[in-house]
Amino acid sequence: MTVLTHAFTPGPIVASGPVKLTLMAPVARFSLRLRAASIPAVSKALGVDLPTTVGERAASGTTEAICLGPDEWMIIAKPDDTDTLVSACADIYASATHSLTEVSAREITVRIEGDRAAELLTIGCPRDIDSIPVGGGCRTVIDGVTVVLWRDAEQSFRMDIWRSFAMHIIDLLCTGCKEFAAE
Amino acid sequence: MLLIHCPYCNQTLPEAEFTYAGEAHIARPADPSSVSDEEWRDFLFIRTNVKGPHYERWRHFYGCGRYFNAVRDTVSDRFLITYKTDDPRPELSKLLEKSK
Repeated sequence: MTVLTHAFTPGPIVASGPVKLTLMAPVARFSLRLRAASIPAVSKALGVDLPTTVGERAASGTTEAICLGPDEWMIIAKPDDTDTLVSACADIYASATHSLTEVSAREITVRIEGDRAAELLTIGCPRDIDSIPVGGGCRTVIDGVTVVLWRDAEQSFRMDIWRSFAMHIIDLLCTGCKEFAAE
Repeated sequence: MLLIHCPYCNQTLPEAEFTYAGEAHIARPADPSSVSDEEWRDFLFIRTNVKGPHYERWRHFYGCGRYFNAVRDTVSDRFLITYKTDDPRPELSKLLEKSK
């Protein structure tokens, strides 16, 4: 289960200005790997239709899935649902081989929103942010760190950052916010 | 910065998301213990080092994580094609014709 250290207390990081940063509450995260033949069975077990195009997302209730690679997905769920999801997938393992690994404590998520949220990301992300559709996402890089970027609205993003790199990326984003504020 | 088309993501993305992974289509000998030292040396170290179109591997490291193959002109740095690892090696003459 996720245990946050004192450095990662959920709440606002940058509360005012053209971009707001918020550290989000912990969620259950799973790394899912499987072959195409198992997709229907695992989709049924998770209750989410797994998207098959890299960068596409699907959601059902509080459970969300994003396709990160041709055989790789990240599943986000309510922490309370962890046991249900794990046992549902374990039940079908014999007929639909897959790998479901809980990685809840691996990452933290920062919400980036505000009028200039997309512009702020260009501080370290080489990908064309405009090419990420609303309701889509991708795994990409920001200042040398792998992150998963979820675009929830035109100017609202979630960024999953491995926790050991998180302080560096949050500092970088804060620097960008200060630059906006100083303009 | 180069823009590279990832055949798995089906998107053209900045070079910073990719890593280079050496020459492509180098097959490991099926029975390593039966090859001579020279053959093993050639497999490990000897590369074509072409000036011009080069068959090479890339990895979409900061994206889908997949290795794929590409043909890149080492003089102009232009990519002629990128293709999935299990796709057959494309004929160079056809690529050159298409790029004209």
